[in-house]
Amino acid sequence: MDRKAAEIGALANENETQQEQEQVVNPWEVSAKDGGKIDYDKLIDKFGCQRLDPSLVDRVERLTSRRAHVFLRRGVFFAHRDFNDILDAFERGEKFYLYTGRGPSSEALHLGHLIPFMFTQYLQEVFKVPLVIQLTDDEKFLWKNLTVEECRRLARENAKDIIACGFDIRRTFIFSDFDYVGGAFYRNMVEISKRVTCNQVVGIFGFIGEDHIGKYSFPPVQAAPSFPSSFPHLFSGKDNLRCLIPCAIDQDPYFRMTRDVAPRIGYHKPALIESLFFPALQGETGKMSASDPNSAIYVTDSEKDIKNKINKYAFSGGQDSIEKHRQLGANLEVDIPIKYLSFFLEDDTELEHTKKEYGAGRMLTGEVKQRLIEVLTKLVERHRRARAAVTDEMVDAFMAVRPLPNMFN
Amino acid sequence: MGFSKEQFLARLQELQIEFSQYEHPVVMTVEDQAKHVGNSEGGLSKNLFLKDKKNRFYIVSALADTKVDLKVLSQRLGLGKGGLRMAPEEALGEVLQVPLGSVTPFALVNDSARNVSLLLDQGLKGQERCLFHPLSNDMTISLNVCELDKFLRSIGRDSSYVDLEANPPVGKDNPPDLAALVPSDSIVLPDLPEKAASLQAPPKAHVVSNKKSTEITAKATEPSRKVKNVKDKPVNSVQPSSSFKDVGQFVEEILDKTSALLLSEITEETINQHGQQLGVVVSNCIRERLASELKTDTTLYMQTAYTEGFHVARKMFQSTDTGNQFRCL
Repeated sequence: MDRKAAEIGALANENETQQEQEQVVNPWEVSAKDGGKIDYDKLIDKFGCQRLDPSLVDRVERLTSRRAHVFLRRGVFFAHRDFNDILDAFERGEKFYLYTGRGPSSEALHLGHLIPFMFTQYLQEVFKVPLVIQLTDDEKFLWKNLTVEECRRLARENAKDIIACGFDIRRTFIFSDFDYVGGAFYRNMVEISKRVTCNQVVGIFGFIGEDHIGKYSFPPVQAAPSFPSSFPHLFSGKDNLRCLIPCAIDQDPYFRMTRDVAPRIGYHKPALIESLFFPALQGETGKMSASDPNSAIYVTDSEKDIKNKINKYAFSGGQDSIEKHRQLGANLEVDIPIKYLSFFLEDDTELEHTKKEYGAGRMLTGEVKQRLIEVLTKLVERHRRARAAVTDEMVDAFMAVRPLPNMFN
Repeated sequence: MGFSKEQFLARLQELQIEFSQYEHPVVMTVEDQAKHVGNSEGGLSKNLFLKDKKNRFYIVSALADTKVDLKVLSQRLGLGKGGLRMAPEEALGEVLQVPLGSVTPFALVNDSARNVSLLLDQGLKGQERCLFHPLSNDMTISLNVCELDKFLRSIGRDSSYVDLEANPPVGKDNPPDLAALVPSDSIVLPDLPEKAASLQAPPKAHVVSNKKSTEITAKATEPSRKVKNVKDKPVNSVQPSSSFKDVGQFVEEILDKTSALLLSEITEETINQHGQQLGVVVSNCIRERLASELKTDTTLYMQTAYTEGFHVARKMFQSTDTGNQFRCL
């Protein structure tokens, strides 16, 4: 199907009322059909984005002269829009900037939250491009039962965890909506909102008549950072600069809307590179939930916590008894430890070997879990160490409205 | 370094404290202890070693039947709801210097426990005699609480008896009634030196001061790694490392890590295995294992330096009143 047609079709689909309540994927809800797995192929079809195929991964390796990030190699980031155009432009010497964000709704960050940030840090490093990170404290205020003060505080706390992912302070601007919205950013927001109808947002986001107007007016806030003129202190005079947005696929609706508006206000459509959901410990029925501490590994978990959670709650695809397991092998499709390892175990050879042995029943669940515990513990330890070194002064520096000279060098 | 059971018992005798002692196999629970000494005269005690969010430690010594609600206690101490939890195992060794299962008010005899607060159950006073472990859970001693008080006085401690089952309201008009029992100082458990904690091999060249040093065995450098057992690392109260501001310290830490890894990779076994190629093998190993960590550290160093520069510049602007050049309006 023609790319453009697919995208327009997806937008049109949203304007129709949803008859079949199959899987639900939008920024506020993710659930699979009948409590099963998310069907990503269907999602790509429905949303009208493209599969990220291995040739693109190779292209990235060639262009950056670096091994592709493990998330790319393993298909964690599996879908995109116009990523090819970004690479074409990059090859021609045209730079781009990265845009990602977080809705700071809780202090506790889990591994699923870290994934887009880990990937974005890699992109920043290998492409040597600037990055803006939006903390949507206003969104959380509008959707959750929190005070404005709480939201702003959470934004700063989350900023610390984000900074701990290792972003280059010389090319990164972190901002909170409550602090930054105004001026040129707001002018873009209004330009965007004039080009999106109520019916469209109802179709895209599922708003209803009883929803307060804050919800209706929020989408332009998340759309505006896709346009370089929203950041005059950074990109003044660079209206032609392209934007690449790494995010989880549930954010796609915002950016479908944004891409639809972009040409009408004279800007490039932002490109997207999208990830799968990180499965909950209990299995692949949706995404991790901050409200259930045992559904996820948190960055504040101790080594003991990680060990306990993996051993007790990680859904195993192994058989009930050792004999049966040695005979039939593990069901890799549903096994959570294997899935987690495929996200975080760097060594391709070791992963392949583990999958082979476990699938054949020669390796036991306990061993796989043990290895996973090691890998996750190392990850969480590194993060905690980095987090401990982030001071309030550092957050101030990242969030200061300041120029970033050499942001493309 | 801490008192041994024998030393402690000798001290009791020196103080002319009257007590009876019962030896028994090691017991890890009050129920097990009761099996062995439950018949003797005296109220069996349960002893909790607790910690709050600010690394302050408490021993709660109560009759086995007294209900102790940590949530209530936390509020009464002014720590808010859920401010108290069981102290980690490592703290037992570090702070109280007693083995697992041996928490006892007598642990306060050790200097390492000088900042630990002791809460005694009022109920203990109502017993002829009470039963406690004498720093080790292969023995129980029974003595009258007056003798316990005498002992505590001898080490310069007050006896604070508390009605542990009480649940007074705590709020704006009702200050927490046990707030005075919160220690003035926190105890930070010694950090395992970063160099040892982050490596996959025992750093032979270093004297690791923490007794609970990790025993992670070195992974063989083969493509298919065997899964080895990883013992628990002590839970550190992570403090921001000052090495991100100090060039000398930063470089020292890098060299320590590299050197430790290097030394651990050069063993008789690996020399025999790789011979002349050992240099190349170890070099690759160092690169592989340390690259990611060194990158993280260096990024933090850079971020810290930038932040300092930024704040200096900001101060300059504020004082010279040079207008708002960099706002985005």
